Amino acid sequence: MISFVNAYKRYPGGRDALKNISFTIAKGEMVFLTGHSGAGKSSLLKLIPIIERTTRGEVILDGKNLSRVSNRQIPYLRRKIGVVFQDHNLLPERTVFDNVALPLVIAGEHPTETGRRVRAALDKVGLLGKERAYPIALSGGEQQRVGIARAVVNRPPVLLADEPTGNLDPELSREIMSLFEQFTTVGVTVLVATHDLDLIGRMNHRLLALREGELVADGPTQELLRQ
Amino acid sequence: MAANYKPQARRTYSRRAKSNPRIRELERGTPGGKNPGKDAAHGLRPGPRSTLNVYLSHHLWVAVSTLGSLWRSPLSTLLTSSVIAIALALPAGLYVMLQNVQQLSSSWENSSQISVFLKSGQTESQLRTVREQLQAWPEIQAVHYISAEQALAEFRQSSGFGEALQILDQNPLPEMFVIQPAIQLSDSRRLQELQSRLDSLPQVDQTLLDMQWVLRLSAIIDTGKRMVFILGALLFIAILLVIGNTIRLTIFNKRQEIVVTKLIGATNQFIRRPFLYTGFWYGVFGALLAWLLVTVLLALLKGPIDDLSLLYESQFSLNTMGVTLSGSLFAVGILLGLLGSWLAVSRHLKAIEPK
Repeated sequence: MISFVNAYKRYPGGRDALKNISFTIAKGEMVFLTGHSGAGKSSLLKLIPIIERTTRGEVILDGKNLSRVSNRQIPYLRRKIGVVFQDHNLLPERTVFDNVALPLVIAGEHPTETGRRVRAALDKVGLLGKERAYPIALSGGEQQRVGIARAVVNRPPVLLADEPTGNLDPELSREIMSLFEQFTTVGVTVLVATHDLDLIGRMNHRLLALREGELVADGPTQELLRQ
Repeated sequence: MAANYKPQARRTYSRRAKSNPRIRELERGTPGGKNPGKDAAHGLRPGPRSTLNVYLSHHLWVAVSTLGSLWRSPLSTLLTSSVIAIALALPAGLYVMLQNVQQLSSSWENSSQISVFLKSGQTESQLRTVREQLQAWPEIQAVHYISAEQALAEFRQSSGFGEALQILDQNPLPEMFVIQPAIQLSDSRRLQELQSRLDSLPQVDQTLLDMQWVLRLSAIIDTGKRMVFILGALLFIAILLVIGNTIRLTIFNKRQEIVVTKLIGATNQFIRRPFLYTGFWYGVFGALLAWLLVTVLLALLKGPIDDLSLLYESQFSLNTMGVTLSGSLFAVGILLGLLGSWLAVSRHLKAIEPK
């Protein structure tokens, strides 16, 4: 589903954020991406929705070489990728319903279908009763779950999460992660960047470890953490 | 620097992609790697669900919701609309005034006459020949002959010097023609050419263009119209700047929202839409206020002007803004609103990209 082939990212300053990254993630797989801050986790995630482009090498998403996706096509590509942010990026002056509905409105979905899907997504994250609330009225965990609902509402085949549990306590973090696990059962490919090794150690998924822009480890989490 | 280096890099890896079989295998969506752009685009287009209906209802929704957000900040909306209204009302009001003055002066247009005073001592048959000659000129509509006796009789009646004139032993007045030109009053150059042609005839002593002052008035109106045009152009630029600046501030206030919507796949068109509608509404409100301003202004002037024209025994009555002028006022307002916001959006939206 997601393949990196000898991908490099160099920012105009001259620093190599990513060096020779190669890996492939299969459809429906859940993968953790870890490393210290500045190791290149965010840079790597940004290459997938083409927030940044590779300097050298290729990123292939669902059979599409991203270096051949023109700027005009980027919006349509992004509709196939759900993104969950650390600070959830909800729009404060819109209700929970409108926030979650936004990807469908953008895609030109029919209003009745939009309503149905938004309620389904909110149901999945356990916030069906909060449709009319504004984000400010929700707790941090609830806001993050609204962010997840928004990311999955148009059923993207790929879900990316950048430190989704960064601001949450351990119990909420576990809840969020198990939510991600559920999505993989319906074929969604999930890539989660996190430095919370405690949390990911409890779940045995594949782990990609970055150090100073290089991929230093790739394998089952528990095995790698033991080393 | 970054701008140069991106497209270059893209070209490099497109070539690499062809030579690398592993990549070709991964690129299922682009068979043979041929026409990659087209295939990629095909897979990334919106689905069939995005029908025209949904598109139109989204437009309606954006129109209503931008109206709603303007309504929720009434003071700033009123301020911006008022600035636009004043800038629109000024040229519109002046234009209506000028139209009125022009209408007033056009009622005198037919009364423009040239008095041709003839040299004395000419026989009646000579005069008849000159008259027939003049009637053949295309720029002359009619020639009236007034004999010296007729003129004296008329003068005696109208001047009140009847008694005094009897002292004179001979008629001091010359014979004259009163000429009705077939030339519009506004065409003052040709009117003056006609006058000087008449002046140069050997039988003519002197000519007088009676409506000189009407000509001057008409020239003043033309100058006024040109000034309204220039003023209007300057004020329209001011409106563009006002709307552009207002939209620019709105864009910066919604920076976060723009970034988020771009990240979840909004096209530039989608992001531009609410700002264009905001500009549209400013144009509508501005034009509406301008229309009210001009209408109230004219209503206030109507009473005194009607009294004035009654004193002059004139049929003149102040004209208000017609359908055409009101329509153009709204059209100009809306056009400037859209253009101003479009300029601001296309200038500032590019700078806002997810980081």
